[in-house]
Amino acid sequence: MAMNRRDAIKSFALMMGGAMVGANAILTGCAPDDQIQGLEFSEKDIAFLDEIGEAIIPTTDTPGAKATEIGTFMVMMVKDTYNSEQQQSFVDGLNFIKKDFKDQKGKDFMDASTEERTAYLNELKARAGELEDQSAKAIIGMVQDLTVLGYFTSEIGATQQLRYYEAPGRFDPCIDYKPGDKAYAI
Amino acid sequence: MADNSYDAIVVGSGISGGWAAKELTEKGLKVLLLERGQNVEHVKDYKNATQAPWEIPHRGRRTVEMTENHPNLRRDYVLNEQNLDWWAQESDSPYVEKKPFTWFRGYQVGGRSLLWGRQSYRLADIDFEANLKEGIAVDWPIRYKDIAPWYSYVEKFAGISGNKDGLAILPDGEFQPPMPLNCVEKDVAERVKKAFDNKRHIIIGRPANITQPLEGRVQCQYRNKCWLGCPFGGYFSTQSSTLPAAMKTGNLTLRPWSIVNKLIYDKDSKKATGVEVVDAETNKTYEFNAKIIFLCASAFNSTAILMRSATDVWPEGLGSSSGELGHNVMDHHFRLGANGIAEGYEDKYYFGRRPTGIYIPRFRNIDGDKRDYVRGFGYQGAASRSGWSRNVAEVNFGAPLKEALSEPGPWSMGITAFGEILPYHENTIKLSKDVKDKWGLSVLEMNAEIKENEKKMRVDMMNDAAEMLEAAGLKNVNTYDAGYTFGQGIHEMGTARMGRDPKTSVLNGNNQVWDAKNVFVTDGACMTSAAAQNPSLTYMALTARAADFAVSELKKGNL
Repeated sequence: MAMNRRDAIKSFALMMGGAMVGANAILTGCAPDDQIQGLEFSEKDIAFLDEIGEAIIPTTDTPGAKATEIGTFMVMMVKDTYNSEQQQSFVDGLNFIKKDFKDQKGKDFMDASTEERTAYLNELKARAGELEDQSAKAIIGMVQDLTVLGYFTSEIGATQQLRYYEAPGRFDPCIDYKPGDKAYAI
Repeated sequence: MADNSYDAIVVGSGISGGWAAKELTEKGLKVLLLERGQNVEHVKDYKNATQAPWEIPHRGRRTVEMTENHPNLRRDYVLNEQNLDWWAQESDSPYVEKKPFTWFRGYQVGGRSLLWGRQSYRLADIDFEANLKEGIAVDWPIRYKDIAPWYSYVEKFAGISGNKDGLAILPDGEFQPPMPLNCVEKDVAERVKKAFDNKRHIIIGRPANITQPLEGRVQCQYRNKCWLGCPFGGYFSTQSSTLPAAMKTGNLTLRPWSIVNKLIYDKDSKKATGVEVVDAETNKTYEFNAKIIFLCASAFNSTAILMRSATDVWPEGLGSSSGELGHNVMDHHFRLGANGIAEGYEDKYYFGRRPTGIYIPRFRNIDGDKRDYVRGFGYQGAASRSGWSRNVAEVNFGAPLKEALSEPGPWSMGITAFGEILPYHENTIKLSKDVKDKWGLSVLEMNAEIKENEKKMRVDMMNDAAEMLEAAGLKNVNTYDAGYTFGQGIHEMGTARMGRDPKTSVLNGNNQVWDAKNVFVTDGACMTSAAAQNPSLTYMALTARAADFAVSELKKGNL
């Protein structure tokens, strides 16, 4: 073939004026049901995102990111606030994580424990700079950013893990602080 | 016609228009207050004022749609999903940028009084005298002593909190008790004072946020969400302050959705007899008549109304006989300064969200200091501890990240400079010949830029910031210049300046249009020079002063 399959599909997507999201997924050769395609995230995809979020901010003595429905939040933010290039990167990056996790750990991300997932994401963050694939490089920053944002602005994060005062009613300019005292939500 | 006749018409319901309406109605005049945009009712229409973080759909982030639909607002922090309704719909009301110009407009009852930064500073004699002493533009027709009692008058009613700092460059006012400096700010202020020989002062800001209750208003609750409307009336806005006072008289008629196209000018009496209004919802045209008219439509829109008025007598509009209508556009140039880390305060914190920071009044070109530019600049800033959104790149995912971000981060302090822009005749606005708004009115064309004086000043604005923070012992001091586009200060001034001579100014010392004595312009358009201070308090004082003059002239039969 004069034009390889990847280029052909990309040209097709451009021709149709459509976003490129998912194009790489079709090309990686994984079984389609393993891969996230386009921006229509399935319940399974959202469960996967919930576990990524939980691995970044886990349940401790307070609930973790999963309890805040972080997966649904990430999907909403990606749809509304990411441009099409970033959206593509997000989807391709998630597919990279799925495949890479299996390559590295010999099992599916969803079958691993939260500790294993956390360890993997820390490793990925450490080697992100060396990765060639731009989506693989970018995804760790994206999920970290969205998890931190979604968690600490959620009702659980703001009121249980931080201190939230809607109307403080006064301003104390200089008070004592002891390590362990929570920061303010806003 | 009787239904359409009033003693006075006020065009615009923002900071200046609200004051005009209050003063004129309280003096017994029947007043029609015209507002081009929607009504916004105090408290009831502050839809997002008490939203919790989790109720804000995108948690304050910008959506792609917001960015696409707001090519103007997106240029700065003002694009915010919580109060998008309170900025002018850009597609309905375009403008032409001959040179880059950012124009942030609040088209609703209350105008930008709902959205303003609330920093309220008096101008000083040095500001009123500067043009004359330096031979720049024209002399202000007033001096500090003319406006000082009016500053006091408006401060008491509006409610300005602040400290009496005793600085000639920034006269003290009639303040409510000040909000306090936090520990870092206090120490930095001490050190800067010492390091610069008692010539540079870090003071608490003087915001129009009340620390004691006023009629119908509860003192500030330290929520720092002023730009969403305050259900407590904690800050001065038309809605919290001047509008209820005007309504209470029974003399006010408020008409939203009323775009003033032009004044109706009578050649024989050399006065305006009324205004022509386009109803923004129905596109129907109405005429309203009055003995006096106050233009408070925001600087450029007040001038645009003058430009569209009396064109049969003066092709360039009412007030153009001076050759200065639409000229001398000013703003405050800013978006540069420095920040640094304050170490040694890890055991200190604060409680509450103070709706102001610190202010550093001008110290350049005064007290024997002489630079290679004229005038000066002030700084706004604050010290605070960072929160969960800070970058903690070194911390591992999992419980360590969760715990780290749950505690406050390091203290830092940043200061941003606001500099005076000189009134240049060639910095102009004018009506476009071919671009019209949704209602068929000619839009404005902006043609303004900063010049050598401002560019030289910017060098000091950045370096002085770093110098002070370093002298105060802050670490990792960084300077920044985020670039400035004319208008971005949201302090549009000039285009219908006050002066002593009808040949070189549009307004006299009482804000009367020289060519139509019953027309007063008391918003930012009237400014003869910009000074470095935030200007709204001066508009309040000039408006109250002009209203007092107008009513006394009316009583004498002079209008």
